[in-house]
Amino acid sequence: MPHKSFVWLCLLPLVVLTVAFFLLPMARLVVTGAEGPHGLAGYLAILVEPRYRATLINTVLLAAATTVVTLVVATVAGMFLQRHRFPGRAVLIAMLTFPLAFPGVVVGFLIILLAGRQGLIGDLSNRMFGEKLVFAYSIFGLFLGYLYFSIPRVILTIMAAVQKLDIGLEEAARSLGASPWAVQRDVVLPALGPAFVASGAIAFATAMGAFGTAFTLATNIDVLPMLIYTEFTLAANFATSAALSVGLGIIAWAILALARSFSGSTVAAAG
Amino acid sequence: MSVPAGHGVSVRIEACGKTFADGTRALEPATLDIARGETLVLLGPSGCGKTTMLRIIAGLELPDAGGRVLFDGNDMTSVPIERRNVGMVFQSYALFPNMSVADNIGYGLKIRGMARQERAARVAELVALTNISGLENRRVDQLSGGQRQRVALARAVAIRPGILLLDEPLTALDAALRDRLRGELNRLLRALGITTIYVTHDQSEAMELGDRIVVMQRGSIAQIGTPREIYFKPKNRFVAEFIGAANIIEAPVENGELVLPGGRQPIGGEASQAAAVAMIRPETIGVVEEGAAPLSGTIDSVSFIGDRQRMLVSGASDKVLTVDAPNTIKAQAGERIGLLIAAEAVRLLPSEN
Repeated sequence: MPHKSFVWLCLLPLVVLTVAFFLLPMARLVVTGAEGPHGLAGYLAILVEPRYRATLINTVLLAAATTVVTLVVATVAGMFLQRHRFPGRAVLIAMLTFPLAFPGVVVGFLIILLAGRQGLIGDLSNRMFGEKLVFAYSIFGLFLGYLYFSIPRVILTIMAAVQKLDIGLEEAARSLGASPWAVQRDVVLPALGPAFVASGAIAFATAMGAFGTAFTLATNIDVLPMLIYTEFTLAANFATSAALSVGLGIIAWAILALARSFSGSTVAAAG
Repeated sequence: MSVPAGHGVSVRIEACGKTFADGTRALEPATLDIARGETLVLLGPSGCGKTTMLRIIAGLELPDAGGRVLFDGNDMTSVPIERRNVGMVFQSYALFPNMSVADNIGYGLKIRGMARQERAARVAELVALTNISGLENRRVDQLSGGQRQRVALARAVAIRPGILLLDEPLTALDAALRDRLRGELNRLLRALGITTIYVTHDQSEAMELGDRIVVMQRGSIAQIGTPREIYFKPKNRFVAEFIGAANIIEAPVENGELVLPGGRQPIGGEASQAAAVAMIRPETIGVVEEGAAPLSGTIDSVSFIGDRQRMLVSGASDKVLTVDAPNTIKAQAGERIGLLIAAEAVRLLPSEN
């Protein structure tokens, strides 16, 4: 058998799988989105219909906030953990990365335990101020939940990037007169740039699409995955839920693609 | 030795030792004076404490309690590196990958708040001085090793530092380039005339660049001296063997003569000593007819190196002697020869037990 056709034969299972389980359903999803009473305009509704638009903006803002705060927390913590040795360090790192294994439902459960109606914070504030502080079921609870499962992913990436930093770069900058802040601004953060972009994009895409946590907490939160769920199962509005799904996919995919091209060029610049 | 009235500061380190957190003694308390404009080389094998000493002078390490670092007589011990005004070149060069060549060179000036135009002029001056014209807008990863080394040097010198500190700046380069850059670096350092401390494990770099060399061994200073002193008058066996090739001979001395199996070698003076340690450099041994010198031996092997030939001679001393003979002499393994050594070429070393 000629070499070339053998290679093509090996690719066959992948092609079949991709077409059957990925391309066909995707195509069907896109078509379904345009099969509502308004046809192709159903897609436009995501942006025009006030409820959908508000949810979309909500979700993007929540994902962006999660990404930014995660990056800040993970960078400070990751830098410290990578640069310092102290008793209990290994345990701390293990604990920080523990939530990696949790499904969204468990994360949501943890948030309820923390800030729900029977939660720790509520108990504490009740005793101290006589008022129960409950925010687990608000967008802030969701935000905390997303932070909880984004930080472990990002912190590991940042720690790996910090480990690869040449400490000589910081020493060189200091020898040239740079203050500790200037060293961070001019040397450390630029060098970590590609790691920020890569891990930030993952955090963003995850926060855009996470469903389990939202489903556990969401009594009055409008985020895109929840909206899709209600449109699909409760309202049986297939066209709209399909259109929303495609929209969500495109946003997440675009952010990842943008990050990849951006980090690609900065990685090249960093040698 | 004539040190020109150079630029920069004079440096004194006083009883500076360094013990790391895990209890390792990297540097025994050492005291050292470096004159304004002098180039001082810290030379030794890895782990001898030379880099630790450099880092203490730079302000990247604090000396153990009691140690002091003085620049022009001012105590700098607790001043951090960013306020010591030192120019530093690292072994890895540590060029900023997110900046162009020109931005790298100008970084220290930017930090000092120098105006853009003035900064550009100073960068241009250094680009010309270090011979890297045309590379100003390149990214660091587009440079060759030799070019990186020059950019690192230009960046360190740009801030007009009080001292220039170089940590094995040529080690990362291949041998041919290293030799060429060594000469270039030497001319540049002479032209700048700035106080320079240069760390290396390469004795030929140390010889060529240093006004004085500090040979270090296991965390302490073994000897301080000019390259000639270090080479011809090593204080101990470690220095003798670390710098160049050396024949170390252990033999008794009678009436100013080393008593060897192959004859009696005069060493000057009348002294006698039951067990002496002597050093003879291979190139100070002349190859003559047997009988024309007090010492004789048999050639074990001859290797032709080009500019000279290296012979291994047995029978003269209890150890095989290495002899660097001119490349014109015709001699073969197995031949008996005389070894002519001037009395001044024999250096007695303190015996170590």
